[in-house]
Amino acid sequence: MRKSKGKVVRYNKWGYIFLLPFILVYVVFQLIPLVNTIYNSFFENYMSGLTQIGPNFVGLENYKKLFSEGDIWVYAKNTMVLWIMCFIPQIILSLLLGAWFSDVRLKLKGARFFKTVIYLPNLIMASAFSMLFFTLFSDGGPINSLLMQIGFIDEPYKFLSNTGSARGLIALMNCLMWFGNTTILLMAGMMGIDTSLFEAAEVDGATSAQVFFRITLPLLRPILVYVVITSLIGGLQLFDVPQILTNGTGDPMRSTMTLIMFLNKHLYSKNYGMAGALSVILFIITGILSLIVFKVTGNDKRKG
Amino acid sequence: MKKKIVSAILCTAMAVTMMAGCGNNTSTNAAADKGAAAEDGAAADTAAEETPAADESADASSDEGSVLNIYCWNEEFKSRITDHYPDYTEVDATTGTIGDVTVKWNITPNDDNAYQNNLDATLLKQADAAADDKIDIFLVEADYALKYVDTEYTMAVSDLGITDDDLANQYQYTKDIVTDSNGVLKGVSWQGCPGVMFYSREAAKEILGTDDPAEVQTYVDTWDKFNQTAALAYAAGYQMTSSVNDTYRVYSNNVTSKWVEDGKINIDDNIMQWVEDSKELVDAGETGTHELWSDDWSKGFYPEGKVFCYFGPAWLVNFSMAADTEGSIGNQGGWGATEGPQGFFWGGTWICAAAGTDNASLVKDIMLQMTTNEDIMKEIVVDDDDFVNNKPVMEAMAEDTSYSSQILGGQNPLGIYCAGVENLDLSNLSAYDQGCNEEFQNAMKNYFEGSTDLDGALDLFYKAVVEKYPELTY
Repeated sequence: MRKSKGKVVRYNKWGYIFLLPFILVYVVFQLIPLVNTIYNSFFENYMSGLTQIGPNFVGLENYKKLFSEGDIWVYAKNTMVLWIMCFIPQIILSLLLGAWFSDVRLKLKGARFFKTVIYLPNLIMASAFSMLFFTLFSDGGPINSLLMQIGFIDEPYKFLSNTGSARGLIALMNCLMWFGNTTILLMAGMMGIDTSLFEAAEVDGATSAQVFFRITLPLLRPILVYVVITSLIGGLQLFDVPQILTNGTGDPMRSTMTLIMFLNKHLYSKNYGMAGALSVILFIITGILSLIVFKVTGNDKRKG
Repeated sequence: MKKKIVSAILCTAMAVTMMAGCGNNTSTNAAADKGAAAEDGAAADTAAEETPAADESADASSDEGSVLNIYCWNEEFKSRITDHYPDYTEVDATTGTIGDVTVKWNITPNDDNAYQNNLDATLLKQADAAADDKIDIFLVEADYALKYVDTEYTMAVSDLGITDDDLANQYQYTKDIVTDSNGVLKGVSWQGCPGVMFYSREAAKEILGTDDPAEVQTYVDTWDKFNQTAALAYAAGYQMTSSVNDTYRVYSNNVTSKWVEDGKINIDDNIMQWVEDSKELVDAGETGTHELWSDDWSKGFYPEGKVFCYFGPAWLVNFSMAADTEGSIGNQGGWGATEGPQGFFWGGTWICAAAGTDNASLVKDIMLQMTTNEDIMKEIVVDDDDFVNNKPVMEAMAEDTSYSSQILGGQNPLGIYCAGVENLDLSNLSAYDQGCNEEFQNAMKNYFEGSTDLDGALDLFYKAVVEKYPELTY
């Protein structure tokens, strides 16, 4: 008895040892920075030219300043609007493509080729992609001359100087970049569904719309939840595309300024206090949103 | 038991390879360090060997460190030193020697503030650095010169033994830029970058009926006349300038107050004048709102771009306006130069000595040779097409009828450059200029394009500046 118990303990030890690398990496690269950020957010600490100001303990002053200026809500709204504009078309497109690709009856030719093609935009660097769009949609760019030649407009349309079109472009780019990724995730989920269910539906004479809404979607829910959460977190951290497309200004009138772009503004003066406070707020928002999405969709999962 | 041993061995093997994988870098680093150390040692050795001999001839080098560290962002200064500084011998791309002293070039590109970030970090450690690692010389640009000049990290040139008389021939504006808030001069430059107005000769003939610089000047010698001419240009199918940002520099170089006074953000009347004038021009369709250097902005380099004029220094028309491209205005010698409404400058590089340098006398010599030695300055003008920071030399060149510019249709523009820069007063610089100028143009773009009203744009500007400089108020 004693001997075997000792053996169990010894095996447990190996478990911990194998966990060690992850824990170490996590502590060094995640936990310590996290705690450090929270700590920093209570200090006034920045560079004025070559002069270091602080760090002076100021309590919640940084948070107060962030909220009293009120801009943070504007940027949070921008971020959410951009995410929704990008996510809705993206999830529809991905569901559709995923359903087609995983449908055995359709027997699409060259499915593997198209799967590769739709994933390709994600391989381009966001910065290169933004530069491409910047050039395409600039005032004298090819899109404008095209539209003018077919007589659609008389004067160049300033895509990047109008709120709607600027946001639309950002959403479009993000959608293009990420729908392939989402499609592949959803497809993996769909292929995991027992084919006998589809066959049974076919025998019962269900239409493909019925199959999709009654069988595929409910059984896909866990993957769907995962996709929504990761996309939401990714959307909150939206930075590279709007930063490069608008040259960091968030033009017009900061309507495309996301929270992380705002954070980046504070790093010009190495303002660790304000940037830290903003990061903490972002951390809390991310946590809450994830929790909401998880609760709302997670309950149904048990039912299904 | 056996299994355990095997697994243990496997684990160790894996761990070792991992370490070795990581270790590789460190070992090469170590090797590189060793190499560098060896080089240093060798340099020190040769120095030591030569000292007895040198001691007898001159004692001057006894206070010299063996390494001269130069921080800059491109090859320009290096090529000037290589070509024109006596006794400089190039060893490889980042090192050279002057006598016994090794010159180390630390070149960090300017993109995304990388040069300043690197320089900041190194300067802050300057006091604790080993003598051979201390920065001796660093270069700055006008936009952020005061950030460095107004601190104790930069040495006054008088402390190096350079007198006002040595610098008497330099243009005043080049001194204004590197004079700190107490009136102490802390840097020198070998070049001047006076700007003028370049106009398309063809457009001028069409709009004004003449392309003679003196006559064109009468149409643009004040901002009022400039704006009236813009209407004429528009009627003839031309834009006056490619973008509002073309004229920004001309207005902002002629301000009478600083961007920041007593910690408060202050907008000068001349800058507001720019906003007012530009808004009218944009609304009338007489100019655009493109960013400088964007494709839309550059369209006017070609005849079909239909732009009347650009503002810039010699390097703009010589190197940046597609003069090498077939079909461009510059290629056909189609530009003319005239003074325009106000004098201004654009660009330029200043040499600063870092406090704590262990090579003070060498730094002094480099500064003097490169910025005051007339023979070297003439060489630079002839070899490199630079506009040098020396009044007599440039005025002599302006008189020289044999010098003419192909791009400007055979005009000698040096006289116009000299005249424009003569009256330039840049005593109203502040350490916040770079951020303020940038953010002001960004914010006003929204106003010009009608995304907001003037107050909204000003609010945006204040907000953006306070983000960059949290210590300021408005």
